[in-house]
Amino acid sequence: MAAGVQQLAKPKTRLGKRLAPYLLIMPGGLWLLVFFLIPIVFMLSVSLQTGNLEGGFAQTWHFHRYIEVFQQYRPQMVRSFAFGTIATAITLLFGYPLAYWIAFHGGRHKTTFLFLLLLPFFVSFVIRTLAWQFILADDGIVFGTLKSWHILPAVISGIAYNFLPFMALPLYVSLERIDRRVVEAASDLYANKKDVFLRVIFPLSIPGVFAGILLTFVPAVGDYVNASILGGTNTTMIGNIIQLEFLQNFHYPVAAALSFILMGILLIGIFIYARVLGASSIEEYV
Amino acid sequence: MSDYPDPRVPMDPALLRGLTQRRLSRRDALKYAGVGAGSLGLAAFLSACGVKGQAKASPTPSTFDFTKIYGDGTPAGVLNFANWEAYIDVDSKGNSPSLKEFTKETGIKVNYKTVINDNDPFLAKIIPVLQAGQDTGYDLIVITNGGGIERLIRLGYLTPLDHKYLPNWDANADPKTKNPVYDPGNKYTVTWQSGFTGIGYNSKVIKTPPTSFKDLLNPAYKGKVGMFSNNQDLPCPALASLGIDPNKATPDQWRQAAAPITQAKDAGIIRSFYDQSYINALENGDTVITQAWSGDVFIAAASKDFGGDGFPEMKFVFPQEGPIYWHDNMAIPLHAQHPVDAITYMNFVYQPNIAGMMADFIWYVTPVPAAKDYVLNTLKDPTVANSPLIFPSADDLAHAWQYKAFKNTQEEDDWNSVWQPVYSS
Repeated sequence: MAAGVQQLAKPKTRLGKRLAPYLLIMPGGLWLLVFFLIPIVFMLSVSLQTGNLEGGFAQTWHFHRYIEVFQQYRPQMVRSFAFGTIATAITLLFGYPLAYWIAFHGGRHKTTFLFLLLLPFFVSFVIRTLAWQFILADDGIVFGTLKSWHILPAVISGIAYNFLPFMALPLYVSLERIDRRVVEAASDLYANKKDVFLRVIFPLSIPGVFAGILLTFVPAVGDYVNASILGGTNTTMIGNIIQLEFLQNFHYPVAAALSFILMGILLIGIFIYARVLGASSIEEYV
Repeated sequence: MSDYPDPRVPMDPALLRGLTQRRLSRRDALKYAGVGAGSLGLAAFLSACGVKGQAKASPTPSTFDFTKIYGDGTPAGVLNFANWEAYIDVDSKGNSPSLKEFTKETGIKVNYKTVINDNDPFLAKIIPVLQAGQDTGYDLIVITNGGGIERLIRLGYLTPLDHKYLPNWDANADPKTKNPVYDPGNKYTVTWQSGFTGIGYNSKVIKTPPTSFKDLLNPAYKGKVGMFSNNQDLPCPALASLGIDPNKATPDQWRQAAAPITQAKDAGIIRSFYDQSYINALENGDTVITQAWSGDVFIAAASKDFGGDGFPEMKFVFPQEGPIYWHDNMAIPLHAQHPVDAITYMNFVYQPNIAGMMADFIWYVTPVPAAKDYVLNTLKDPTVANSPLIFPSADDLAHAWQYKAFKNTQEEDDWNSVWQPVYSS
C-alpha cells in the first residue's frame, strides 16, 4: 500500500519517466517513418507495378520483374560490386597507414591533419570528380606521362579517392582509442614491432576496419558520378542504369526493382560480413 | 541519362567561364549532385505511382474552340518563361535586350527563368503536376524534339496553338522547320532554335577532313573517337551513315546500324560515349574526332576575345550523308495561366530583327533565315552571319535528317532496347 501511496504522490514524474524514452525517440522515429519507411514501402510497391508513363502504372505484383531486370543488367551489377570491392580495398590500403600515422604520430597537430583529410569535402563531389577528369585527360597533367593508365582504373581510382575519408575516419577513431599502455606492455613482453602491430594494434582496430569498409563499400557500389564523368566504354555501373531507367526511360518499376536488388544483395553481404567479424563490433562502432 | 543537344553558349565569358568548364558546371552539377536528379526523380515517381492512365485524345485544333484558351486575345501582362541556361541574348548587365524590347512593345512583363537543365529531368518535374491537372507555373517552355516534345504531345499536355496569333511565324519561319515530323502542322510547337549533329575533329591531328559518319569507325583513330550517349545523337547518325532515314528505319535496320558501333566499341576504337562533355574531351585531346553539335564546335573554335574557347583547330563538317537536324521548341503547357502572352511572345521572336539579336548571341541555328541580313548589316557581325553553323546554306540542309519521332511508348522502348546497350554498357 505504501508503495501505492508513493506512486500517487508523484504520478507526473513517473508518467514522464515512463514516456521519456518514447518522447526522445519520437522525432527521429517519425523522421525515419515519413522519409525512409514510407518511401521504401512505396518503392517496393512501384517495383511490382506494370505500365508506362502514358498509360499509367497499375499494381500487378509482377514479381518476375526482379529476375528479368537482374538478367538484363547482370554485367553492370557484377561490375558495380567488382569496382566497389577494388575501390574499398584501395581506400583501406591507403587509409590505414594514413589513419595510423595521424593517430600515433600526429602529435599535437592531429586536428590539423584530420582537417586536411576532410578539406576536399568542402568542395562539391562533382567538382572534385571533374577536376580528376581534367587531370586524367590525354593532354592533361598526369596523362601526358602516364599513357598506360586506361579508362577502367580511372573510375575505380575516382571512387577510391572520393570515399577515402569514409574509410580513414573510422580507422582513425579506432586506432586513437587504443590504450597506449597495451602497446607498451606488448613491447615490454618482448614483442617486436611487427608483432605489436599484427597481434595487438591491428586486432584492436578491427572495429574501425569494419565500419570503414561498410561506410565505403555501400556507397561505392551504388555510385554513378564517377562512372559517368570518368568512365569510358564498358564502365557503366548499376547506379547509372538506375538513373537512366528512372529519368530517361521513365521505367519507374524497373528502376525500383534494380534498387531493391542492389539493396538486397548489400544487406545479405553485410549480414554475412557482420557475422564473420562479430556483431559486437557493429554495435561498438556504427 | 538523356542528353539532348546542349544549347547553351557563352555570352559573357567572365560570367560563364569559372574555374570549371561551363558545359559541365551547369547541367552536370545539378544532375550529378543527386539533389537535382534525385529529388526530381523521387517527386516524379511518387506522383506517378499508381496513377491511372493519363493519355487522352489531344484536342484537334481544327475542331477546337480557341476562344476557350485565348479569349479575345488580350494579354494578361505577365509571361512566365522557362528556358535553358544561356539560351537568349544578354547584354553586359545581364539583361536580355530582346526581352526588354518585348516588354516595351507589348507591355507584357517577362519572368524569365533558366530552370531547364536537361529535358528529361525537367519533364520529370512538370509531368506529375500536369497529371494532377494543375498549372506548372510556366506559360512557355523550350523542349527538344526526339523524345521530350513528342511525349508531351502524346500525353496531351500542351496547349494547341491558334495560328491566327502567329503571322510572323507564317511569314518568316524557315520552311525547313515548318510542319515537322514530330508535330505535323505545328499544332503545339514552333521552333525556338535548331542545331546540327555532325562531325567535330581536331585538324591539327587529322589532316584529311572526314567526310562521313563512317569515318568515326576508322581504326586509325583507335581510342580517340567520341560518340554521344543518348538515344538520338548516336542512333540517327548511325542510320544516316547507311543512307537510312531514322524516321523510316525498321527495327531490323536499327540493329543493322547498331552492330558496327558495338564492334568499334569492343575493338577499342571508341573511347567513350559522352554527354555534353564530349566537347571538353575534344578540346583536351582525349578524342580527335567525335560526333558533335554545331554550336559547340563554333564556340570551341572561336577566339577567346570573341567569347569562344580559343581552339581554332576544331572543325565541324557536315557529313556527306547529311547532318542530323534537331530542334528546340517553344510550347505552352496545358493549364498555363497566360497563354495569350506566351503566343504573343512566340510571334514576337519570329521578327527578323529580334531573331537576329538572339542569333548573334546564341550561336545555334535561328528558325528565321532573314535574320542573317540583320546580323550582317545592322549588327555588323560577319563571323556569325557567314558561318554555315549558324546560317546554314540550302546545300548544307539538303540531306539533313530529323531526330527519330516516336509514335508511342512501345516504339520508344523498343528503340531504346537496341541502342541503350550500345552506349551504356
